[in-house]
Amino acid sequence: MRRFVLIAIPFTWLVVLFLVPFLMAFKISLTQTATAIPPYTPTFDAASGWQGLKDYLGQLSFDNYEFLTTDDLYWKAYLSSLWIAARSTAITLLVGFPIAYGMARAPRHIQPTLVLLVILPFWTSFLIRIYAWMGLLANEGLINHFLMWTGLISEPIVMLNTPFAVYLGITYAYLPLMVLPLYSTLERLDASLIEAAQDLGCSRVKAFWLVTVPLARHGIVAGCFLVFIPAIGEFVIATLLGGSSTLMIGKVLFEEFFANRDWPVAASVAVLLLLILIVPIMAFQRVQTRLQEQEARA
Amino acid sequence: MNARMSWFNVTAVALGLAFLYLPMLIVVIYSFNASKLVTVWGGFSTHWYGVLFANQDFLDAAMVSVRIGLMSATLATVLGTMAAYVMVRGGTFPGRTLFSGLVYAPLVMPEVIMGLSMLLLFIAVGLDRGQGTIMLAQATLEMCFVCVVVSSRLATHDRAMDEAAMDLGCTPAKVFWLVTLPNIAPAILSGWLLAFSMSLDDLVMASFTSGPSSTTLPLRLYSSVRTGVSPEINALSSLVIGVVALGLVTTAVINRKTMQRRHRREPDAAQVSRATRNGHHIQLGKQR
Repeated sequence: MRRFVLIAIPFTWLVVLFLVPFLMAFKISLTQTATAIPPYTPTFDAASGWQGLKDYLGQLSFDNYEFLTTDDLYWKAYLSSLWIAARSTAITLLVGFPIAYGMARAPRHIQPTLVLLVILPFWTSFLIRIYAWMGLLANEGLINHFLMWTGLISEPIVMLNTPFAVYLGITYAYLPLMVLPLYSTLERLDASLIEAAQDLGCSRVKAFWLVTVPLARHGIVAGCFLVFIPAIGEFVIATLLGGSSTLMIGKVLFEEFFANRDWPVAASVAVLLLLILIVPIMAFQRVQTRLQEQEARA
Repeated sequence: MNARMSWFNVTAVALGLAFLYLPMLIVVIYSFNASKLVTVWGGFSTHWYGVLFANQDFLDAAMVSVRIGLMSATLATVLGTMAAYVMVRGGTFPGRTLFSGLVYAPLVMPEVIMGLSMLLLFIAVGLDRGQGTIMLAQATLEMCFVCVVVSSRLATHDRAMDEAAMDLGCTPAKVFWLVTLPNIAPAILSGWLLAFSMSLDDLVMASFTSGPSSTTLPLRLYSSVRTGVSPEINALSSLVIGVVALGLVTTAVINRKTMQRRHRREPDAAQVSRATRNGHHIQLGKQR
């Protein structure tokens, strides 16, 4: 009995506040806009019974999804989100790997401190870390000031409100999420395997590709998903650093919802985004279980 | 992997940390700038902190944020600890796969989707948007993070201790309060801190689920940041960075102290496994 209560409380909470809302969003994505509260129609009235339910289901339609395919804004936004997320994930991996590798090779007693230093920025406000870059990248910002002062450039380089700023922002904001899983797999890597490879005639570079990378692949995959998935839905970075020049689906969703007040279309944008993300999320969860098994065996 | 620290590795780590910290450091430095222009250094001054503290909007928003943070983090910790207990000790029950899916899905779900769908739920059931709805939405996301933190600690908790207490006549509830809970307390504390800092940081879910009179600090900050960089925001950001850094350093020190105390009694399970993995001999005497 006690066990039942213990399971039931968190279970019910998650069903009511996580699962049901998605079903709601899906339902509303099949409705039409209305100028009322709630701003969509039809609404379901449980009192009307079976006939009411049938009428209600009859009024639902996939019009919103059709609308998403007719206006090329949406699929362009989906594609450019995927593209931006993929490229910034690759950049984050390139930046993060040497850091994680260096950390794993650091003297053992300073490793916990290094891990703490990498996690620390993640605890300070996301918004503030993005804001910090606004001050650096602006036309009158510090980087341009510095470059003009050194005489390298005479005109400020436009960096803020460009795709470059978005890639930089995503890399900066999500770097800890890439470094930590990489570090935890690299830290466990047996250095004697690399020595063995070198003894057998591998060059350093070849040993890195043939031994280190394959053994660290779970960490690489986990880190990439941890960056890629939130980057697709990114809203804050896209707005503050990307400005109007960057098209990302998170921003479109916000505009549809808050500016156009078209809740049904916003809901269908969200449902479609979720469908696109389900495959990477499932894949991530498989990698995650494998990482845990690996850890349990070690 | 150990010992050899090449110049490449040192540079990689140093550059990485510089990349992570320099932007924030510059914000802190420029918060003490006397000049009204953000990029021109006009001498040291705490002027902008004065301006910030005179701004009632920010103070109100900070109060709202702290209140929501305390409530949502506490709620999330209770629910997350329960969920962790179910995940680690629950055994099999109908719907277990669904349960673990629901626990882990919010970790990777884009916040825009979660925020939007929760708002739609709140509207559908007629719940007025305000501090309460922000708190419910945040607690749902945070409980999953708490669950991950607590369950990893719970998994290393030695069950023999619980069984011994049971043999000595403890009821299951008593075992939990007297044996298990004190043992996983550090994880619960860091789970709470994680949840609290997530709540103070949350912009996306709060913007969907907030109503009038529930403007949190990130919401206020976002609306002023959109208009550009200002020295006052630099001051506010520095305060936030300072508070978080202080909190983290404190918990790190406390953690280290409790770890040392534990080491004296028994070597930490994780440490032992790591040491054996590396082929080192475990010398208990050394840790004394």
